[in-house]
Amino acid sequence: MVKLVEKTPAEGLLPLEINGISLTELVPAAITSLMPFDGQEAAASALLSSLLGMECPHPNRSTGRDGARAVWVGRGQIFVVGKAVDASVARHAALTDQSDAWAVFSLQGHGVEDVLARLTPLDLNRAVFKRGHAARSLLGHMSAVILRTGENTFEIMVFRSMARTAVHELETAMRAVAARDALR
Amino acid sequence: MRIRCPLCGDRDSREFTCMGHETYMHRPAGEGWGPAWDSYLHLRDNPAGVTRDLWYHGAGCTAWLLVERDTTTHDILRVELASDAKRGNA
Repeated sequence: MVKLVEKTPAEGLLPLEINGISLTELVPAAITSLMPFDGQEAAASALLSSLLGMECPHPNRSTGRDGARAVWVGRGQIFVVGKAVDASVARHAALTDQSDAWAVFSLQGHGVEDVLARLTPLDLNRAVFKRGHAARSLLGHMSAVILRTGENTFEIMVFRSMARTAVHELETAMRAVAARDALR
Repeated sequence: MRIRCPLCGDRDSREFTCMGHETYMHRPAGEGWGPAWDSYLHLRDNPAGVTRDLWYHGAGCTAWLLVERDTTTHDILRVELASDAKRGNA
């Protein structure tokens, strides 16, 4: 029998720490796409709330906390990250397992917005993009989910096939910001 | 150019793709060829001024948007979800 080796999306590439900003890989226990059926949004949200203690987030928002989060990721679509979703929710929403389809990173440190500003057109000013805010946008040329989970902490999700490119882009941006800081 | 997506908010134009005039939302009934299909597929005005077209927010929420804009000033006058516009018309 062939012995298969399980690898994380960014296996061997992380962690990185440059100029006080760290990039680490997160490996959620599960990622499930939840798309409420037409007119079933409230019922899906109520059921999710009773099962996992968090409602379906509104656009550009997330609910829950580290380890069990619901993140708005597009029109009529929510990702439940960290905890499995009970099959009973399928009464109200289309569920698809996305667990191995995404690479998830944590970018953390003072001035973390300066790093992301080199890669995404989003306004990440902390007065505008607050903790719990989430956005579907671009990271370089990659479609990404960007989520602020703390004062100086972001979670970034990209398609798993883009993991190496995402790490490269983020590392390049981190080095560029560090180089500018060195000139001050 | 920036477009205020009804779901995502004010976003950079690089996140969007333009499909073409609003006509694409009004597909003729039936499959028989006729002037209605000819018009739907081929005939477009080229206005200097206000026009309405469909944009896809592919790098964002993936919604189709109906955007009213001025081709001479590049002003974006109004943006709504195409699904809402379609329901409104039904």
